Amino acid sequence: MTNKYDAIIIGAGMSGLAAGIRLAMYDKKVVILEKHSIAGGLNSYYARRIKASKEIINFDVGLHALTNFANKGERRRPFTKLLKQLRIPYDDFKLKEQTFSLIKFKSAALKFSNDFELMRSEIATVFPQQVDQFDKLVNYLVEYNETDLKATYISTRSVLETYLSDDLLKEMIIAPLLIYGSAWEEDMDFSQFVIMFKSIYLEGFSRPVGGVRTIIELLIDKYQSVGGELRFKAPVSQIKADTHVKGVYLADGEFLESQKIFSSAGLPETFSLLNEAESLKSDIGKMSFTESIIVTQNKQAIQNYKATIVFYNESDKYLYRKPDTLIDTSSAVFCLPDNYELENKDGNGTARITYMANYDLWKKLSKAEYLAQKENVYHQANKLTQKILGQKVDCIFKDVFSPTTIERYTGHFSGTVYGATKKTRDGQTSIPGLYIIGTDQGFLGIVGSMLSGISMSNLYGLMES
Amino acid sequence: MSSEEVKKYVLDIIADVAPDEELDGLKASESLRDQLDLDSMDFLDIVMELRKRHKVEVPSEDYGQLATLNSCVEYLTPKFA
Ligand SMILES: Cc1cc2nc3c(=O)[nH]c(=O)nc-3n(C[C@H](O)[C@H](O)[C@H](O)COP(=O)(O)OP(=O)(O)OC[C@H]3O[C@@H](n4cnc5c(N)ncnc54)[C@H](O)[C@@H]3O)c2cc1C
Repeated sequence: MTNKYDAIIIGAGMSGLAAGIRLAMYDKKVVILEKHSIAGGLNSYYARRIKASKEIINFDVGLHALTNFANKGERRRPFTKLLKQLRIPYDDFKLKEQTFSLIKFKSAALKFSNDFELMRSEIATVFPQQVDQFDKLVNYLVEYNETDLKATYISTRSVLETYLSDDLLKEMIIAPLLIYGSAWEEDMDFSQFVIMFKSIYLEGFSRPVGGVRTIIELLIDKYQSVGGELRFKAPVSQIKADTHVKGVYLADGEFLESQKIFSSAGLPETFSLLNEAESLKSDIGKMSFTESIIVTQNKQAIQNYKATIVFYNESDKYLYRKPDTLIDTSSAVFCLPDNYELENKDGNGTARITYMANYDLWKKLSKAEYLAQKENVYHQANKLTQKILGQKVDCIFKDVFSPTTIERYTGHFSGTVYGATKKTRDGQTSIPGLYIIGTDQGFLGIVGSMLSGISMSNLYGLMES
Repeated sequence: MSSEEVKKYVLDIIADVAPDEELDGLKASESLRDQLDLDSMDFLDIVMELRKRHKVEVPSEDYGQLATLNSCVEYLTPKFA
């Protein structure tokens, strides 16, 4: 048996699996190397037994929402393109749509759903003076070429300034898009904003029945059915390269040879495998989060609330930055996965609460302090849950992930979720044959990272050969 | 190989690459892109399928030759010979 491959992929997250499918589909000899024993990366899953009900529940590490909702067969939608490229039938995803979501600030609230008209009419009611300008902004966004691989950074706030004069409206529009996908603090790259605006407001949210596990299993099945090789517990410890990549060494010393390496580990993380980490340290993204999961027996309280996701902010100014404290409780994302389609019989009474968090402060804690602080995050999240739902709910299961949990499980430096602030965009690095896919190529989220894996493997794995 | 056969191969490929498209009323002399929801990714797939199924190579500078069904047949038939 030879250890020579047409392509090696580092990481079995969404981008790695999607890239693998494309390459294997066209008869490339490809291997995906994943350091963990399961796939999914930043959006994996795990099972826990609930003592009170003796049920075993699958929890998603991340999944609040699958963005880019499209109806079956709907044309020119990123999600439809993705399915075509992966040759996975629409119905296999078993999507359930959101009811509606809410942007809830101190002095105003706006609803949106998978029907963009709802958001527009909410803005017309709450900000009547701004709605014409909002329409102009939307027209501009619709025509914008946000996937141009040569695009450079443009400040979103400076563009919004030219369209909208109401500060509160600007804050409310940008807040969900920042927290669902900005590697930059306070502001975001305009093309990233356009991608997110379309994927969240114009297209919308859904969730597969079974959560993220459904997606991961579809991807793995497809990959294996087209002949791809997937190795778990196979951490890459070094990338071998001189003027061109040569292959990778695994932690146990095994060498795998290839002229093409697609890495989803992140840009600074990938360069650390070349022993060049120092030069890229400054680019490590600052944004990390805690995620709390609370399960209650009072499923009715959740269903009665109806909304699927609440983007909650205590004031009228949205602060999106690494906080000076362990977590920032002045804003949160509050997600009720049961509320994808009302009267969801599969709901298990879950609420998920995301806070912005400071990795460095979490990293410094002793073991005992760490556990105490996780307990504190849970208490804050629980308080917020009662406040938003407007009633007391019991808790039969809780779990909290911190920025250090994220780092430990995904290998992303500093527990960064949206990656480095410097995106490679065209996927190329200074080393020929080494390509970046996923978060640090610039397309993120579940759908975005799959599209990244697809487009980079098309460009450098299929077209160039 | 006859041009009819080549046409059938091309249509078979399009049916697999774009399974939601209705191919019955397709006009052979008009742009595929305008009639069907095909983008550059789909054209790449058509090229890749030609290579995989029929060992026919289409270099990227020739992608323009695949604009209509007629131009596909005209361009590809000699390659199938
Ligand atoms: C709490 C949380 C909630 C989220 N919620 C949502 C959401 O609701 N909707 C949404 O669209 N997105 C969400 N995201 C973001 C989304 O999960 C990511 O953008 C996406 O999964 C990134 O995929 P990726 O392939 O780029 O990277 P990753 O998922 O990070 O994949 C990289 C993989 O590489 C592996 N790896 C790293 N180094 C090595 C090595 N040296 N050797 C071998 N393997 C290695 C890792 O183990 C990992 O499996 C969330 C993320 C988090 C953390």
